[in-house]
Amino acid sequence: MSEHGHVLPLRVYLAVFLALLGGTALTTWVATHDLGPLNDAVALGIAGTKSALVILYFMHVRYQTRLVWVFSLAGFVWLVLFFILILADYETRLPVQGWGG
Amino acid sequence: MSSAAPQLAQGAHADGSLAHHFESHAQQNQAATLGMWAFLVQEVMFFGGLFTVYLVYRTLHPGAFAEGSAHLPRDLGTLNTGVLIGSSLTMALAVRCGQLAQGKRAALLIVATMALAAVFLGVKAVEYGHKWEDGLVPGLRWNPAAGADAHLNLFYALYFVMTGCHALHMLIGLVLMVFVARKAWRGGYSGANYLGIECLGLYWHFVDLVWIFLFPLLYLLHGPGGHA
Amino acid sequence: MSAQATPKPPSYLGGEYGMRSWFLTLDHKRIGLLYLLGVTFFFLVGGIFAVLLRLELLTPAGDLFQSETYNKLFTLHGVFMVFFFLLPAIPAVLGNFLLPLMIGARDLAFPRINLLSWYIFMVGGLFTTYAMLAGGVDTGWTFYTPYSSTYANSHVIATALGIFISGFSSILTGVNFIATIHKLRAPGLTWFRLPLFVWAHYATSLIMVLGTPVVAITILLVAVERLLHVGIFDPAFGGDPVLFQHMFWFYSHPAVYIMILPAMGVISEVIACFSRKRVFGYSFVAFSSLAIAVLGFLVWGHHMFVSGQSLYAGVVFSLLSMLVAIPSAVKVFNWTATLYRGSIAFDAPMMYALGFIGLFTIGGLTGIFLATLAVDLHVHDTYFVIAHFHFVMVGGTVMAYLAGLHFWWPKMLGRLYPELLARVTAVIIFVGFNLTFLPQFVLGYLGMPRRYHVYPDEFQVLNVLSTAGASILGLGFALTAVYLTWSLRYGKKAVPNPFDAVGLEWTVASPPPAHNFEHVPSVHHEAYEREREEPARV
Repeated sequence: MSEHGHVLPLRVYLAVFLALLGGTALTTWVATHDLGPLNDAVALGIAGTKSALVILYFMHVRYQTRLVWVFSLAGFVWLVLFFILILADYETRLPVQGWGG
Repeated sequence: MSSAAPQLAQGAHADGSLAHHFESHAQQNQAATLGMWAFLVQEVMFFGGLFTVYLVYRTLHPGAFAEGSAHLPRDLGTLNTGVLIGSSLTMALAVRCGQLAQGKRAALLIVATMALAAVFLGVKAVEYGHKWEDGLVPGLRWNPAAGADAHLNLFYALYFVMTGCHALHMLIGLVLMVFVARKAWRGGYSGANYLGIECLGLYWHFVDLVWIFLFPLLYLLHGPGGHA
Repeated sequence: MSAQATPKPPSYLGGEYGMRSWFLTLDHKRIGLLYLLGVTFFFLVGGIFAVLLRLELLTPAGDLFQSETYNKLFTLHGVFMVFFFLLPAIPAVLGNFLLPLMIGARDLAFPRINLLSWYIFMVGGLFTTYAMLAGGVDTGWTFYTPYSSTYANSHVIATALGIFISGFSSILTGVNFIATIHKLRAPGLTWFRLPLFVWAHYATSLIMVLGTPVVAITILLVAVERLLHVGIFDPAFGGDPVLFQHMFWFYSHPAVYIMILPAMGVISEVIACFSRKRVFGYSFVAFSSLAIAVLGFLVWGHHMFVSGQSLYAGVVFSLLSMLVAIPSAVKVFNWTATLYRGSIAFDAPMMYALGFIGLFTIGGLTGIFLATLAVDLHVHDTYFVIAHFHFVMVGGTVMAYLAGLHFWWPKMLGRLYPELLARVTAVIIFVGFNLTFLPQFVLGYLGMPRRYHVYPDEFQVLNVLSTAGASILGLGFALTAVYLTWSLRYGKKAVPNPFDAVGLEWTVASPPPAHNFEHVPSVHHEAYEREREEPARV
């Protein structure tokens, strides 16, 4: 990073802002329809896209070193590992009276 | 390292913008950015722990979660999401002004961010108030309607803890914004060293990121959605 | 035409005097010493609890303490030792002091955050000390729900709050180390020229940052549950107590790697110096630190084999736990290869390091026994587990801490410790340790449960042996504290490199000046590389 860093033009920020608002409207609209398991996938997909925009542009990661890229992803990757292994327990428990829904 | 660098560094050390153990502003900036990102990684894991609890209980009791989500005011939640995204924009623009050494503009943009944050927190307070009236605050005032899902308390416990932790982080951000805005207004940052604004910006965008996931997972579980 | 010699700058111990210059210091070396005082105090507190519970266990009957009191004794022993001694000791004392010196820097990346870390640590420790004085906590250091969240009548929240607070100290230290190692290395000091101590602390910092926040949120949830009874861990309200265990152990297992990785870093340095050889298989040792840090996050369920976790999860965690043993074994093999055909000196640090290798191996292997589902069914929650983790934490971490403390004592405090007495004490500690904990493997295998203050008569002999060993161990620790303190005033003054070791920290005075280096050094040699002692053959 040089003295001033990479200065993005105003229109980039505004474009990202509008995209984020659009994504919010979209996710709210999709939620009013019943797509079964797809609801979750779409909601998380939109949230993931919005996050990527915030991280890449608002947080400037797009113009940072690879090391910063790794750090910005590390937490999410670690969480996914946690989720997978913890579900290894919860998804494989034998049915017990009163559990599971 | 060129021979000019030690002299440059000496001057910067003398005026206080460069800490004694760094050789250049570039090194100082890179270290601070990396440090801030390492801090954000731990924040991701902190909220991630809550998302894990959410994952487990929603897997075990999906009905309770759908029902709880249906009672949350979708319109207020959407409004708040928009407000927070707006505050992220103003903060990003404040950082940009920091890069361009426009201290006073940066300060004003930070104040705008604070105003939007205050709106968000105000709306949250209204939401919490409604939940209190409805008797849907586990542990404090829990009178769900007859026939409500037996495990509704788990959803609402998570709702309050997750949005509460998020709100606490916003409050901390507000306090930090006061200090940074003041320093920016008084010309305390330069094009070479606007780390305070940059790190505050990263923190605030992280707060936005948490909400980007909280909102659909709490408010938008399939259903018609409640209102204010 | 040589000019008048420039006066030597005062050491970091001199120069500035008075309380403010210590309690408001930004010098990583002074902060390291502040941590030394803190962890020593908490070690003493934890040690006193150990003495009390071993006294109770001299007889099969519960005749010294009531069971509720005994529960508090082992809980507080665990809490103080784990959170306020083992986790911070090597990273916060030795790591803080040595990292900048080893990489040719003048300080850590964030000196003010370093000081803040110490204050946060002390506040957390004092909170927990208050909880102890106010009546203590009896849940076990593992705080399992729903006992801790619903039924315990002791000071759970105060203790948990102390741990929560000190967790931030850990996180901030990790952030500081990561930024420092990435950005403040001297010119020419590439990653693969770094001392292995630095690699170890880098890997440790990754764990601190990734793991600690999860236990923080877990503690927060227990506090919420205890205060408001929302049902998060209470089966009567749909909560799952096993979820607490998942959340708790997701951090607490990697936490034990926070305890052992820096220890392994110390051992690499000590073995290299006292074999007068570079560490064999440098890159394997370096990568094994990272591998332990990563794999260590994937094995937590091996603490939960009999908790109600699914059998499938048990199998997965059992297999992953076997995997994590591999990088540890890699290290032991490489240290052994380093010793082979080295020029061995048996100074006190080396004696501790050699002890570490043997004791850590036993501890590690018994960990594999425990990771085996069928065996764990029988020995879970017995003294076998206690023996296992004391072998790695005391036989491992504490030995390495003592090795490092002795090795860098001259550098840190400018005085030599008394060598003969130190060697004798090392033997006392080794003997005392083995006498304390080897019988516990047998006790556990024979079925004596942990956390019980009464036991069947036939276990008494082994318990008496264990308590006798603990007395000897305690004597050894006391001796160490006494002669190290003695050396501050009466020890021989140290030269910059009293052990003829290789490393940037040995190129500066003992103790170092406040700013570490006159000029930022430039590094042209590999790690542990010695200058040729004889002319190269043509």
